[in-house]
Amino acid sequence: MPSVTEETTRLFLPSRTESVNEAAAAAGEVAKRSGLDEEAAYGVDMALREAVTNALVHGNKRDESKTITVIFTSSPGALEIEVSDQGIGFDPGNVPDPTVGENVLKTSGRGIFFMRTFMDDVTWSRTAAGGTMVRMIKKL
Amino acid sequence: MAELNMKERQAGDVTVLDMDGKITIGEGSVALRSAIRRLLEEGKKKVLLNLAGVGYIDSSGIGELVSSYTAINKDGGQLKLLNLTQKLQDLLTITKLLTVFDVYESESDALNGFK
Repeated sequence: MPSVTEETTRLFLPSRTESVNEAAAAAGEVAKRSGLDEEAAYGVDMALREAVTNALVHGNKRDESKTITVIFTSSPGALEIEVSDQGIGFDPGNVPDPTVGENVLKTSGRGIFFMRTFMDDVTWSRTAAGGTMVRMIKKL
Repeated sequence: MAELNMKERQAGDVTVLDMDGKITIGEGSVALRSAIRRLLEEGKKKVLLNLAGVGYIDSSGIGELVSSYTAINKDGGQLKLLNLTQKLQDLLTITKLLTVFDVYESESDALNGFK
């Protein structure tokens, strides 16, 4: 039997809060199969929850008719996660640093910071339909 | 089972909330917000959050802790944190919030810290 070197899992989730837990549960399974240690799996879980939360709240604005798409691709060297929404896009460059000055006491704005903290590489792009896609990589 | 379970105790004029579960977007964050709002309505302005049982918190949960801290301070009260897990302590460190909150490892020290 040939060995599996790459595995892809796709989730199509409705824009509701429960989808964050559903995506995280799937991430846990993928992380386990990818051989991530506990600390790396925790980081993936944190980053994924923030990415799905952003897609839910800021991208799809909790419109349940809109879908959040999550694609996990695990290969021998890395676990890659893409999270896409059907919103109108956003510029990550406009998000202030939550660890500076008065931003420290803001009640929101830490999601992207956590994604960058817990993953090795995070990039944003526009989907063909104009929504936001964030691509996060955890090296194995 | 609820995402976040809370048990309320009174130690003198300090209200201790023993929390167990997750403080994340949705149920957990809402439960904390509701509890703090209710305590303030009851005039209980000295609050100690025992977070020993909170194994997981996301950015919404961190935001809710900040919101609780701000609401209680604004009302002339005090919020202190007890028994942070290592993960939560790490998150508060990287977000520069560890120096904002009054954090304790011993309940008696925390209770003595209230004015």
